[in-house]
Amino acid sequence: MNVIVCVKQIPDPALPGALDSSTNTLKRDGKLILDESDSYGVEMALQLVDKAGGGEVSLVSMAPNGEVSGLRTALAMGAAKAVLVSDPALQGSDALTTARVLAAAVGRIGGADLVIAATESSDGYTGTVPEQLAEVLGLPSVTFAKHVEIDGSTLKASRQTEDGYDEVECPLPALISVTAGVVEPRYPSFKGIMAAKSKPVDTVTAGDLGVDPVGWAGAGQQISDVAKAPERAAGEIVEDDGEGFAKIVSFLENLKVI
Amino acid sequence: MNVWVYVQGSKGAPTSASLELLTKARSLGDVTAFVGGDGAALAEAVGQHGAAKLYATGDLGGRLPGPAVSAAMQAVIEGGDSPDLIMFPQSYEARDVLSRLSVKLGKTVLTNNVDVAAAGGAVTVTTPIFGGNTLVSTTFTGDGPFLAGFRPKSFAAEPSGGGAAEVVAAAVPEVGPTGAAMVVATHVEETSGPKLDEAAVVVSGGRGLGEQAKYELIETLAKLLRGAPGASRAIVDAGWVPYSYQVGQTGKVVKPGVYIAAGISGATQHMVGMKGSKNIIAINKDKEAPIFGIADLGIVGDVHKVLPKLIEALQSR
Ligand SMILES: Cc1cc2nc3c(=O)[nH]c(=O)nc-3n(C[C@H](O)[C@H](O)[C@H](O)COP(=O)(O)OP(=O)(O)OC[C@H]3O[C@@H](n4cnc5c(N)ncnc54)[C@H](O)[C@@H]3O)c2cc1C
Ligand SMILES: Nc1ncnc2c1ncn2[C@@H]1O[C@H](COP(=O)(O)O)[C@@H](O)[C@H]1O
Repeated sequence: MNVIVCVKQIPDPALPGALDSSTNTLKRDGKLILDESDSYGVEMALQLVDKAGGGEVSLVSMAPNGEVSGLRTALAMGAAKAVLVSDPALQGSDALTTARVLAAAVGRIGGADLVIAATESSDGYTGTVPEQLAEVLGLPSVTFAKHVEIDGSTLKASRQTEDGYDEVECPLPALISVTAGVVEPRYPSFKGIMAAKSKPVDTVTAGDLGVDPVGWAGAGQQISDVAKAPERAAGEIVEDDGEGFAKIVSFLENLKVI
Repeated sequence: MNVWVYVQGSKGAPTSASLELLTKARSLGDVTAFVGGDGAALAEAVGQHGAAKLYATGDLGGRLPGPAVSAAMQAVIEGGDSPDLIMFPQSYEARDVLSRLSVKLGKTVLTNNVDVAAAGGAVTVTTPIFGGNTLVSTTFTGDGPFLAGFRPKSFAAEPSGGGAAEVVAAAVPEVGPTGAAMVVATHVEETSGPKLDEAAVVVSGGRGLGEQAKYELIETLAKLLRGAPGASRAIVDAGWVPYSYQVGQTGKVVKPGVYIAAGISGATQHMVGMKGSKNIIAINKDKEAPIFGIADLGIVGDVHKVLPKLIEALQSR
């Protein structure tokens, strides 16, 4: 069984985010890392291929600046190869363009039995790319998949709903999006890290894949304003001296909650 | 302006997020509703909130809504009834429909919005970023229909007093392999007490509780305050509580009268789901925890000391 995982490479979320003042988009010029959200997809793919007893995990990623460090992390976990679509023209691409580019990258690998993405990325979190990608590829999909099993050529997944979850069945090939916590992502071993250095990363431009227009030209949107949200007034902060609970009680009394 | 609102039904009534969008849509222009499922049961409430017409696909027979409902919408649009703007509540179901429709129509989508304005045909949406401390306004370019997803609780739902909406059937065209995913069983995770996103009081626990067994403190306190228990993603991922308890960017948006955060650091993704609460109380042993930056009352202390005493004080009243 062959699985393709979408991996987004993002600025380190531990660092404060900033907007580029000329374009009003998130700054993505520094070193990028593997989005933690996608580490769950990589782990799930590795486990599914392992269980199937054959096949491989491939990666697709789109980044404007040729970044591969996030991909290397996923390769070190055990993925076999990657297609990176990188092109300065991709800057400013919207979710729809991203989905079209990723679909072309999936096509370059030659398709797969299963495509996996995260439910939403940590930096952009539009949450639409996976389902858009499924539509461009003409695949059925199960978004918000919590538990996934492959039974022959059928995908069996439990899917998060507002009230609980649904059991969903779907023939392969298909696409799923997964949330954090579905599996425990492995840490790359030393051997894995060494091996990742020589695994193939096929770097192409959007033009090579025949996707056009991309970037600002393809986006049906324009940022018109950036403003500070009204701040909440600072409240009262007290150290607990054993009587902190009483502060809460009188606060609730004042509000007539109790 | 012609505005469509994607209406989601739950247990025979439109969800509150759908009614919020209908209310907002009324201020923008003429409102039409679209439902993936049976329309008749929803027509009354949808009409009361300002939509004259309700397109309904009828029962989807177990198919996931994304491919089927987006195809039905596309068929109506290409049949000549094309809106300027389609507003979607950001639910699991609606997000799939929105994404599929975007590809079918070749239109951009903007999600995570909390506001929308229309002026002279231009539609601008507002999205909070960086945990809600910055608001970005984005204007759609090109031709509509413009597609936008909205976070729940962005608007207040208010009836307009209209009569039942006229239900119009919207047939689902053949969608081929994309429509092959079928629901074979549905599980409802029952919770007692008020619903998390509707409760007047929400008590949420985080990793600071230390272990799963201590979540009981949160449940006990919530019950005493007739509120709902919630959680940070850290303890949902750890499997202490079901996903339906999660507050935040990928969980529920709550705006209760009182929100109590116990042992929660206040990550931007958590704050985006609870920042709109009227009053926020935080208990955290680290006085530098970001949650104190938005708390009306902050107790710098150990949850294992403060919560039992608080519970005892409330029980003895
Ligand atoms: C794409 C994406 C989406 C996300 N969506 C969400 C979301 O929807 N909701 C969400 O909550 N998170 C979300 N997160 C995760 C978020 O970034 C944080 O990791 C998470 O909120 C942290 O949970 P926490 O505050 O319980 O844990 P921590 O950050 O570990 O904080 C624990 C806190 O407890 C305090 N503490 C420890 N012991 C005690 C004690 N004895 N008494 C008192 N205080 C104590 C500590 O000082 C600390 O501040 C998302 C992340 C990403 C990348
Ligand atoms: N540039 C990208 N490269 C690879 N995968 C991506 C990219 N953008 C989005 N994705 C995938 O789609 C998911 C959802 O992204 P988003 O729609 O931005 O929230 C991500 O978690 C990835 O799995």
